[in-house]
Amino acid sequence: MGKWTRRGFISAGVIAGGGLIVGVAIRPGNRASELSKHVTGEGETLLHTWVKLDSDNVVTAIVPHSEMGQGVGTALAQMLADELDADWSLVKFEEAPAISEFANYPMFKGMLLAGVDMPDFVVPTVDGVLIRTAQALDLQITGGSLSVRTTGAYGMRVAGAAVKEMLRIAAAQAWQVPVGQVLARDSQMIHEATGRSEPYSAFAGAAAEMTPPASPTLKTPDEFKIMGRHVQRHDLPSKVDGTATFALDVRVPNMLYATVKRAPTFGGGVDNIDDTLTRAIKGVVDVVRLPPAEFSALVGGFSSAESVAVVAEGYWQAKKGMDALNIQWRATENDAVSSDTIFAQFDRDISAAVDRQPDVSQGDLAASMANAVQVIDADYRVPFLAHTCMEPLNATAVVKDGFCEIWIGCQSPLSFRQAVADSLGFEVENVILNNCFMGGGFGRKSRADYAIQAAQLAAKVGRPVQLIWSREEDVQQDFYRPAVQSRFRGALDEAGNLTAWENTYAGKMEPVEAPLIPYTVAAKEIGHVASPTHVPLGAWRSVDHSQHGFFTESFIDEVAVAAGQDSYEYRATRLKHLPRQLAVLRKAATEAQWDVPLAPGRGRGIALQECFGSIVAEVVEVTVKDGNLSVDRVVAVIDAGYAISPDGMKAQIESGIIYGLSAALYGEITIKDGAVAESNFHDYSSVRMSKAPVIETHIINSGETMGGAGEPGTPPIAPALANAIFNATGNRIRQLPIKNSTLNV
Amino acid sequence: MTVITVNGTEQELQIDPTTPLLWVLREQLELTGTKFGCGISQCGACTVHVNGVAMRSCITPISAVAGQNISTIEGLAPSADVLHPLQQAWIDEQVPQCGYCQSGQLMSAAALLAKNPSPSDADIDDAMAGNICRCGMYSRIRKAIKSAAGVQQFDPALVDFVQEVTNG
Repeated sequence: MGKWTRRGFISAGVIAGGGLIVGVAIRPGNRASELSKHVTGEGETLLHTWVKLDSDNVVTAIVPHSEMGQGVGTALAQMLADELDADWSLVKFEEAPAISEFANYPMFKGMLLAGVDMPDFVVPTVDGVLIRTAQALDLQITGGSLSVRTTGAYGMRVAGAAVKEMLRIAAAQAWQVPVGQVLARDSQMIHEATGRSEPYSAFAGAAAEMTPPASPTLKTPDEFKIMGRHVQRHDLPSKVDGTATFALDVRVPNMLYATVKRAPTFGGGVDNIDDTLTRAIKGVVDVVRLPPAEFSALVGGFSSAESVAVVAEGYWQAKKGMDALNIQWRATENDAVSSDTIFAQFDRDISAAVDRQPDVSQGDLAASMANAVQVIDADYRVPFLAHTCMEPLNATAVVKDGFCEIWIGCQSPLSFRQAVADSLGFEVENVILNNCFMGGGFGRKSRADYAIQAAQLAAKVGRPVQLIWSREEDVQQDFYRPAVQSRFRGALDEAGNLTAWENTYAGKMEPVEAPLIPYTVAAKEIGHVASPTHVPLGAWRSVDHSQHGFFTESFIDEVAVAAGQDSYEYRATRLKHLPRQLAVLRKAATEAQWDVPLAPGRGRGIALQECFGSIVAEVVEVTVKDGNLSVDRVVAVIDAGYAISPDGMKAQIESGIIYGLSAALYGEITIKDGAVAESNFHDYSSVRMSKAPVIETHIINSGETMGGAGEPGTPPIAPALANAIFNATGNRIRQLPIKNSTLNV
Repeated sequence: MTVITVNGTEQELQIDPTTPLLWVLREQLELTGTKFGCGISQCGACTVHVNGVAMRSCITPISAVAGQNISTIEGLAPSADVLHPLQQAWIDEQVPQCGYCQSGQLMSAAALLAKNPSPSDADIDDAMAGNICRCGMYSRIRKAIKSAAGVQQFDPALVDFVQEVTNG
């Protein structure tokens, strides 16, 4: 990477950020900054927002992202430790507390820096904060597969390099030798000529007096020692012996438990409650109505409906109390809405094309269509999806004397803290948010509705409350991955060349580029119509890429078939202008032995999607026997620029594939009478052990700008699978989930 | 009053006998390693052993396990400084992502290996069918079970014997 320029992070960080991120040395007892609270040990010195070096020579990386399973702490610590030339066994990490000094400034900066492809989707989907505005500095979000490529690239690495330079200067001064002769290696400063060697910590105090260098020199990949290497995740020992603290595991003295319920029809509310039976249950403490809430643009810009809570001495009593409540819900104008009426509406709105908004308009579509030898049409549909994180939504709150402390697992601690403060009418400084390990996030835990419910309950009953959503409430009161219908028309000339691509779909979120295609085509016209429903929507792992990846990568397969050509070759021929995409696609085909024929009843399908700065291709192999589908093998190739933690990246790709496979095979939220018909894992299924394919992930380190890993594995799996099914059977899957097809899944 | 033995310690409980074991473990005994995931025995996050058999504690009323021996994830390791072979394999194979389901996965796998020291893929499919991992780490779980099974196949007595033979 070479020299970090003043135009980059450091100068901007130090000046614009003040003590925000790249703080000048802060020592214990410095009351000017909240950071000082986190330097508690005797002899500890905080050199940098992200680097703590204690007297035992242990380096602590303070990570401003939430651990929801992606191993973020470990990857970010690798980046810091490598630039610092630290001994990896002396590196620890901890998640930053939810205070503004830890606001995710590098993530914000990453979006402003030229050449960094920061998508618009972060704005409404992950956080809702107007990220491009100055007030958006109050950010601390995890989402958009952004942690490593922003905080890591613009924060951790620079921090590590800066701290190392300061320590080297301090050692040179102490030893009275030229700084050029001081080597940093494995957390030791070394002067070879005199044989001197002392731990970094010996120079921490002197280094803390210095101004951080404006442009520390970063390593080039050939100098990496810890980046790009497999290291064990720091958090796993606690996740195999039951000691990892998820929010649900928090215990506060004198705590009550609660559970909640909203009207089944979204936007509904209570008409009348009879709580006689509930209050008669031993252990039930209170039945509380929580009002509807509006969340300002600063904390996500959404609303949540009224809810009813039962508070009790234990969760079981609260649940029994909830089951015993007799609630009459108010009638709403949406009580007759169903999935059928919603898709009929999409179909109508696409056909009418009223107020159609173009995403891309290029070439002379009408002429290409008119001159076509063959025109093919198809309509695709995908349903609403819930997130179903393993850990049901929960939060524990204490509200006392104008202060609130809350324990939660969330993807956006600062905006959750703000939302809690708003809901209680408190100053944000009077809310402490402790972010715990998240038992999954996938986008759901970026909406603070469950946080304010807990806070309001604690305020109402005057005791600490742990709010636990039932799984049924989780499935039925989510912010869903949007259902989408997408209509295509493709034109081919005599040689089978794609000459026109026309696509109109109902319902657009982010990222804006999700429906675009990489393939060369003379004319294309891609656009959308708005077709709103009453179903609340949110970001779902890979956001709009999961729907459009399925649509476009299936339809290009249909085009290839119509042209009578191999579906891999057809794609490759049209990717010559995009060498990275072509290389990824080619490697996937090679690793999957695309050219080797399969036995009858077996099939292979391929798909390619770029998202969140990374390019992923997947090849799926299936067997269809007596109508039974088996997904045998998935070969995945990712080019994310550079893999800091190769095994971590592979794990993310495996995870993204299984998440997307669950959706492709089973995932369907059905609307009936205005409400969600499914309720738990028995009717909203996930892939289980016996259905999980063998997954082989290959990484290409192209050296291009880093992309994300958490989401890009998901979009290609559904189309690659559907294309494999077509290859095996001749049946084209145009609607998900596949359980609704003639195949047994 | 209901008496149960949890991880070797007898516990006397004054509690509604319909209360599921899960909530007794988590709330009364503060053993929070056992997780709530669905409440209807569909996801396996709450898996514990009752007399060595994997059970879903979220649907098991406390009255049904009176007098029984229960072990939880907190009791899986043989001692404070030695991990169960499965726990070690889980770390070696870097199995967990979010980690929330892993207590249940480990307890199901431990019950499997206790009765079947060298399970086939089909045995693993069967034994693990009740455990969902939304992070999708199934291939790593399978690998870790096999690797732990390999460790268990070493009979320490046999190792000593081989060494004696080798050393003459």
